[in-house]
Amino acid sequence: MNERFRSALLLLALAAGGGCASAGTPPPATATASAPPPVAAPAAPAASPAAAHEPTAPPWTESAFPSTYRPIPPTLIRNAVVLTAAGGRGGERIDGGSVLLADGKVAAVGRDLQAPPGAVVVDAAGRWVTPGIIDIHSHLGVYASPEVAANADGNEITSPVTAEVWAEHSVWPQDPQFPLALAGGVTAMQILPGSANLIGGRSVTVKNVPATTVQAMKFPGAPYGLKMACGENPKRVYGGKGRAPSTRMGNVAGYREAWIKAENYRHKWDRYFAKKKRGEDAEVPERDLAMDTLIGVLDGDILVHNHCYRADEMAVMIDVAHEFGYKITAFHHAVESYKIADLLAKNDICSAMWADWWGFKMEALDGIRENIALVDHAGACAIVHSDSALGIQHLNQEAAKAMAAGNRMGFGITPERAIRWLTANPAKALGIAGRTGTLEPGKMADVVIWSGDPFSVYTRAEKVYVDGALLYDRGDPARQPRTDFELGGPALPAAAATAGGGR
Amino acid sequence: MSARRRLCGISRIGAMALALAGLGRPLPARAEAGAGTVAITGARVVTLGAAGTIENGTVVIEDGRIRAVGRDVAIPAGARRVDAAGKVVTPGLFDSLSHLGVVEVSAVDETNDVAVKGRELSVAFDVADALNPRSQLLPVTRVEGVTGAVVAPVPSDSVFSGRGAAIRLTGPGDLVVRDPVAVFASLDEAGAKIAGGSRAADLERLREALADARDYARHRAEFERNDRRRYSLSRLDLEALQPVLRGELPLVVTAQRASDLEAALRLARDFHLELILAGAAEGWMVAGEIAAARVPVLLDPMANLPSAFERLGATLENAARLARAGVRIAFMSGEAHNSRNLRQGAGNAVAYGLPWEEAVKAMTLSPARIWGLERNQGTLEPGKEADLVVWDGDPLELQTAALHVFLRGREVPPTTRQTELRDRYKTLAGDLPPAYRKP
Repeated sequence: MNERFRSALLLLALAAGGGCASAGTPPPATATASAPPPVAAPAAPAASPAAAHEPTAPPWTESAFPSTYRPIPPTLIRNAVVLTAAGGRGGERIDGGSVLLADGKVAAVGRDLQAPPGAVVVDAAGRWVTPGIIDIHSHLGVYASPEVAANADGNEITSPVTAEVWAEHSVWPQDPQFPLALAGGVTAMQILPGSANLIGGRSVTVKNVPATTVQAMKFPGAPYGLKMACGENPKRVYGGKGRAPSTRMGNVAGYREAWIKAENYRHKWDRYFAKKKRGEDAEVPERDLAMDTLIGVLDGDILVHNHCYRADEMAVMIDVAHEFGYKITAFHHAVESYKIADLLAKNDICSAMWADWWGFKMEALDGIRENIALVDHAGACAIVHSDSALGIQHLNQEAAKAMAAGNRMGFGITPERAIRWLTANPAKALGIAGRTGTLEPGKMADVVIWSGDPFSVYTRAEKVYVDGALLYDRGDPARQPRTDFELGGPALPAAAATAGGGR
Repeated sequence: MSARRRLCGISRIGAMALALAGLGRPLPARAEAGAGTVAITGARVVTLGAAGTIENGTVVIEDGRIRAVGRDVAIPAGARRVDAAGKVVTPGLFDSLSHLGVVEVSAVDETNDVAVKGRELSVAFDVADALNPRSQLLPVTRVEGVTGAVVAPVPSDSVFSGRGAAIRLTGPGDLVVRDPVAVFASLDEAGAKIAGGSRAADLERLREALADARDYARHRAEFERNDRRRYSLSRLDLEALQPVLRGELPLVVTAQRASDLEAALRLARDFHLELILAGAAEGWMVAGEIAAARVPVLLDPMANLPSAFERLGATLENAARLARAGVRIAFMSGEAHNSRNLRQGAGNAVAYGLPWEEAVKAMTLSPARIWGLERNQGTLEPGKEADLVVWDGDPLELQTAALHVFLRGREVPPTTRQTELRDRYKTLAGDLPPAYRKP
């Protein structure tokens, strides 16, 4: 009893050491609910302080039916090459490293960590451990598979400015692409509206957990994003309908008109509150969903994610942002960021890029393999993104190609540095860097165990943890989530499913 | 001969004009003249032939062909030596279904010749006639070790998308290796839509076309006299189907769903066709039947998305399972700009169960066999044309680069439009325009 009590105390201490980040944030119910304790480890039950031998309270207040609830036991991963994605721009690598996950958080990272009582110990000799991959540009759930018209919910192509729509209202949690991304080590992603519109609406950041509702996936406390789009897409879509914008200058006029409207909307509310404060009668301004979102941007609460390919257009968008006093958090696709990497560094704007997509349209013509490395080398924030349900499964491979291109230029990019393009940097651009994206005590235990160097083509994610829960295990078919949609699907040969891990 | 000289002249003028415009960098004319003797030494040579893989091997190239391969090979005097110690040499990679050379910017219609609208021209549409040997995509692709490809049409309004060619990624003059190399047809969701909304209609149109072409062959005279029933295809299309009916030209059928793959096998059996399946997302589910029919499969090993109802069984293990069942597989990109990522797909196939050598073969020897190019391509053996690559490591690895690429014994220049862009912007100098910066 005493021993149990001590271990319970230890767990509590770990939780406290696990950081203040958890104070206002209950552990995500989705993660724990969808992943029952993976093993019947002899973990301590959450002993109730009331259950003592000598009465300290009237007996009728004591429960005869004590809780048998057990939190997920701690997990100690040891003997791995650990890339923490922390330690500044150069990154950090710990050979023979250990990572302790407890109460949904990274409890400790180091060389000689001891397993707390009841911990699941994973010997990861020969394996590499990284933070979970974060895809800053995804359309999973809003452009679900199968790609039938009924599942196409990513672009509200009815007006060039649709700041009023929210991507989360389109997300289909049963999209079979979510578990595929999980098998690729992706633990969180930003789901964006498409790029048909100048202002496409709000994005949502989710944890990649099996769920029946989008609410159960939403990353608690993550700021919203606003999707904006430059260039060919808006002008093609609306020009094709015989309406504005049909040119790039029409695009820019469209953004500016929207921001002017937002400023007017705010003045209306400012006047209203000023009058109320003075005790005067005031008519409540009419609420406008689109303007609510734009004000969120002007107030700095909603982060701007701007689809933009060409360097010259990015420079124009930076000036538009200065004109109206908002900040662009990241340019997405950004195939010409390498031409203005210094400008992007100066303005502290991230670039979310592909490793090698080019030429599929005019504004993508100048894409080069060195884009990501050149942006990184210039001291700007570089992110590898997918914008693809296929690419999201192999973001580590995309980073490997970008790293190799940079190293052929003599940049000497190490794995511990490149991993930041997939974890710490997207976390920063999503406003969740204090919570996830690195393996540091107090961060969410979003962790991937890779079969080897994650920048090898032969390496696969073996175990994927979200908030400390083992959500994917390549060696255990029972721990390879399948969406409702996939039930009844083609049965994989049993042996292959075990060895290969599904799709 | 004179025609050839005339073409060369055009190519040089074209090359100069393009170079002046900063648009193109075809192979230098000088290299065309004299393909010298080259000895690549000290490499791990993956021959894929009877000699297997040779450690510390030498490859001697002479007059565009491989003259000798082995550990103790005499190096001719005066040969250019390429020290490849610690490097890997393989045959050049081959993309078995691409659109290289027939599209420059996918979304810019004027530069995109992959498809033909309407039904007046279908089987006879030969996308190779649109090939641009000065396409920027060719240098960008070949410097990364892709030396050959099949250029295929894309379906638009007919269940037959047309004919394609096998090319070598050189430049003007000797781009086309075989034309036509196959006729292409669809038996998938796209084909069903074209045929009027049903797979059954798609299949019926294919059968009707083949039957009409057979009838036409027996009654050409009556047809010319306008004394035969109406056919579903034009005379040109019926003619283009003749080598397919004779089994001399393969019919490539794109199909994904297991049942569609089975339907394609039945069609080929009924008409005695040389069938090649492409796509085959659910190929592993009918691998035994495909193997029994000795039908090769072209696939993208990374295409594992259930992105259509016909692909619900898609898996990264498709390549491995097909190969295990005895199916001859070859890898395809199905696109143009990133055909160069073919070897990434091969690496993933290995990660999901395909033996390494099988993955390399699926980009070299297997396509050479499937496309009937084995006499000159596919292995590193004496007598074959010297299309080969010196890699700085495992060619399937993401961080490996092609150090030297030889096409018919000539080394490909390493410069492309993309390397020029890289070099122009590798040092940013504030607001000064590029013209004021040192190169």
